[in-house]
Amino acid sequence: METNYLCRLESKTQIADGIYDFVVNAPEIAKNTVPGQFLHVLCSDKVFLRRPISICDAYEDKVRFIFEAKGEGTAELAKKQVGDNIDIMGPLGNCFVNGVYKKPVVIGGGIGVFPLFKLTKLLDNPEVFLGFRSKDRVVMEEEFSAVANTHISTDDGSYGYNGYAAAMLEEYLDNNKCDVIYSCGPTPMLRAVKKIAESRNIPCRVSLEQRMGCGIGACLVCSCETIFSGTNKYRRVCKDGPVFDSKEVNI
Amino acid sequence: MNTKINFCGVEFKNPIVTASGTFGFGAEYGQYADISEYGGFSAKGLTRQGREGNPPPRIAETPSGILNSVGLQNPGVEVFANYIMPELAKLDTHVIANMSGNTVEEYLEMAEILSNTDTAIIEMNISCPNVKQGGLAFGTDPATVEHLTSEVKKHCSKPLVVKLSPNVTSITDIAKAAESGGADGLSLINTLLGMVIDVESRKPILANNMGGLSGPCVRPVAIRMVHQVANAVKLPIIGMGGVMNGRDVIEFMLAGASLVALGTGLFVNPKMIYEVKDYISDYMIRHNIDDINDIIGKVELN
Repeated sequence: METNYLCRLESKTQIADGIYDFVVNAPEIAKNTVPGQFLHVLCSDKVFLRRPISICDAYEDKVRFIFEAKGEGTAELAKKQVGDNIDIMGPLGNCFVNGVYKKPVVIGGGIGVFPLFKLTKLLDNPEVFLGFRSKDRVVMEEEFSAVANTHISTDDGSYGYNGYAAAMLEEYLDNNKCDVIYSCGPTPMLRAVKKIAESRNIPCRVSLEQRMGCGIGACLVCSCETIFSGTNKYRRVCKDGPVFDSKEVNI
Repeated sequence: MNTKINFCGVEFKNPIVTASGTFGFGAEYGQYADISEYGGFSAKGLTRQGREGNPPPRIAETPSGILNSVGLQNPGVEVFANYIMPELAKLDTHVIANMSGNTVEEYLEMAEILSNTDTAIIEMNISCPNVKQGGLAFGTDPATVEHLTSEVKKHCSKPLVVKLSPNVTSITDIAKAAESGGADGLSLINTLLGMVIDVESRKPILANNMGGLSGPCVRPVAIRMVHQVANAVKLPIIGMGGVMNGRDVIEFMLAGASLVALGTGLFVNPKMIYEVKDYISDYMIRHNIDDINDIIGKVELN
């Protein structure tokens, strides 16, 4: 039987303006987590629905997730203090990896970099591209650099590569081999990555977001549009995803 | 103590069922609580042909609830009858098949198809607010409801429950029409038509602009309507709307519901059934109730 867990908040760090790094004690979730999965978190009794938040890392008895306090729910979650218990369902959703590849590339943008961390740690020699708006929004650079060859870009050129992460990726692909791309980030970035991957015939796995209800596949509200028609036109981000083959979904 | 309920001639081991559309075909929530814990469950709404559903976003949060606009995404009644229901029949609980039609003819065909399955009850949705031909056109006019119900009854060998919309001037008039048409039971309420606008973009959150409101915010409306309908007709009622715990189940039963459905609240608490059953046992002891049937409709008005 699956269940929801009351997880003690073990540490809380603000790693950038409005961005919170939570580590909770959640042995059952930690044990079962694969890269790409998410938690369904009850943020407070002031908002009705749970919020899907991607898992950044899972080790020993701990699960780490990082989120931006952007809407009502995440703003409530940010108020939690170390020692508080948080009601969490998870791990939910599928895995980034669905095949064996030798030259993986990981590309993330903004808060989309967090679900790529556990993946990056597990992959063999991945090349990592992380894009941010500006220097003050750059997060987790040291941690990614410690486990993979990591390139940082900023949209305004205030740090690292001057421009979008997708442009940096394209320059890399012009001169290097790559047999799979894993990506998570804002929609315009995913759209660009999908186009780049498909034009070069590289398999590409993208992690999608959608407003969510039950989180387990029963209510059919968190749909994404696929290339299929009829009753297969929409698939469930929570259960069929959140990671999809880029060729199967319209972004 | 007895928690069994005889509903339309079908014995339910307890009064707890689920609301169509919140529970899929049972597989997902079955991983959080054994399906046999429920008296029965109402499966995802079916249409004559499969439907792709509405574009996303399909959900918006509201104070104490949600708006949804799924648009009856489903594989179609024949896929259900041929492939899904045979599996559900193995479960130790009753299945309530829910159907919505575009035309009278479609309702009749679906009733015939579903009558040849192991479903315990057929729930006829005449109240989906999210698709143009989701049945709501049938559900707002008493004469149409009576005609449709009587026609479907001729093609239906299972107990027929008519699911009522709250988006009407007088729900008791619709309930009486369903009763005159020969319905065996009623279920209410479907969702209330609502809208949420993002003030920054000036656009509605839902791609479909409007959707159905559910969750605890609708519960007082649902309780009032169950109470009014229970006093207007002799038919047994499946009550639903914003149940979050056992207290809410008892409230619906006191208002007049024989069965009570869990729905949107499951999204918050997927294991609500356990708490609900514990609460009911405790309530029966505290109030010296031997038979749960004794509280149905027993609200004492001021």
